[in-house]
Parts: sequence; structure tokens; C-alpha cells
Amino acid sequence: MEKIYARTKGIRPDVVSGFCPGCMHSTVIKLIGEVLEEMNIIDKTVAVLGIGCCGLKMEYMSYDNITSPHGRACAVATGIKRSNPDSLVYTYQGDGDFASIGLAESVSAANRGENISVIFINNGIYGMTGGQLAPTTLLGMKASTAPKGRIAEEHGYPMHMCEILNQLTAPCYLERTSCNTPQNTLKTRKAIKKAFQNQLDGKGFSMVEVVTNCPTNWGLDPLKSLEFLNEKMLTEYPLGVIRDNG
Amino acid sequence: MPKVEIRSESCKSCGYCVKFCPKQVLAIGDKVNSKGYEYAKVAKPEACIGCKMCGVICPDAAIEVYK
Repeated sequence: MEKIYARTKGIRPDVVSGFCPGCMHSTVIKLIGEVLEEMNIIDKTVAVLGIGCCGLKMEYMSYDNITSPHGRACAVATGIKRSNPDSLVYTYQGDGDFASIGLAESVSAANRGENISVIFINNGIYGMTGGQLAPTTLLGMKASTAPKGRIAEEHGYPMHMCEILNQLTAPCYLERTSCNTPQNTLKTRKAIKKAFQNQLDGKGFSMVEVVTNCPTNWGLDPLKSLEFLNEKMLTEYPLGVIRDNG
Repeated sequence: MPKVEIRSESCKSCGYCVKFCPKQVLAIGDKVNSKGYEYAKVAKPEACIGCKMCGVICPDAAIEVYK
């Protein structure tokens, strides 16, 4: 009997992830591991982690990683990639890290067309710090710093990072995916593989935005958070390839 | 015949595998693991078609599939 679906070598064999039940952070980390294993580049990969739930990843993955100051993952990745061009360097950041605190670094790295890959996890809320309002929080969605829900006049509108970066000339590949179904999970895997391949081919900045859930801070159980993701998040953040110059 | 194996210690009882299995092979069990989660179990092994959907959707890489 042949094993047709195995736990990837990209995550440690006997570690249970520190993420909450149903959190799609773990799904994306698993997919990254599968892609690296398939491309046979685990040994030369460096992950640059943002602050927040992203940091739980370092206990779980089986290859080199560095945690950057809050929001500065793209700047740290730039340094690593420029000084060590043979490594595969990717950043793994949440919405608070990539789109809020690190907005300047993220947009600058994209504008320079840095030859790095960005995996951007958009769950519409600050996870580890306690459910504060993120730039990607939906209008009307409650957060601990917006107890009546996000109000446009007070908090502004949700930010669409793929579309914002699409205004720039340099980025090579921008795609928005999700992990809400097995089909979309496989599409996310394909997108991650493409982002990494672009980097190996020297094509420049690639970003995969994965729209995910946060059952704990949304206050929903995992299956209800899937419904919210399908009905609300994916309406605001439609999936698809935004740019593909690869 | 295809077979699903669940690593009970990795399972966090999110229920995604149960929801997405097209043949209702899986179910949430009544035993708990060391972290207190009622881990998923294979309720109808004979119905498995080896489509791997449970493995793909499982966030915690708790499912392995044989064929």
C-alpha cells in the first residue's frame, strides 16, 4: 500500500502546531513545506517571519528562519537575499505586520522589485495581540479596538494590498487565494509554488495573499468561521490572479 | 482499498475533514487526546475512495492517506 498523502518534511515530524483549532495559518505553513519539499529546496530556504501569530511558525517548521522587528520582514528579507542570492528567501507576514506597521517596507520592497517572495496572511484582524482592528478588517466587523464594528468615518476602509501593489510597475506576480475548500487550498499551493519559482528564475517580487480565518478573535467556532470567510471576507477580497508577468 | 490514518495527537477537532469528505468517512470521535481535543476518527473505512481531500484541508497535517 502506497502513501499518497504524507506529512511534509517542511514541518517537524512530532511537533503539534501552536495555532488555534481550525486556524489556516497551519494550513499555509503545511503547503509551503509541501512546495519546498517538492522543489527539493528545503536546505537552501530562509523564512523571514513577521511578529504575531506568524511567530508560532518557528517552532513548527523544519528549516532556517529569522524573526524580524514588527513589520520589517521585507527589509530583512531584502538584506538576506542580496547578500546570499542563492538562498530562497520568503517572508511570512500577517495583515497587521505587512499592511499596517510594515506598510512602508512592504511597498518599498515591491517598488524595488526585490527578488523575494511574500506570503501574506489576511484574516482581517490582529490575532495574537488580542483582536485589534487591522487595516484589512471589514466594515461593520467588530474588533477589540472597534467594539461597535469598523466605521468608515472613524477607521477608514479595508485595504486591498494586492490592488495597492498592482499600482506599482515592478512587482512580477500578485495573486489572492484562500484555503476555505480543498480546491482553493490546492490553488494556494500552486500559487506559492509559482511565487517561489519566480524567485529562483530571478523575476522579482511575488506576493501571494491568502485570505484566511481567525476563529478565536472572530469569536466563532472553526466551521462557522468558514461560513463567515465564504460570505463576508471573500466578497470584500475576491480571489484571483491580479498580475502575472512571470 | 484506500485507507486514512489520523495522528490523534495532532488533531484539534476543527471538523474540516468531516465537512469536506465526499463520502462521510470521517467523524469527530468521543475520545480525547492529551491536549483535550476530541480527535477525528475513521467511522466508515470501507467508503474511502482515497481522494485526499481530508489531508489537503487538514490544517494540522494530522491526516495521512494510503492507496
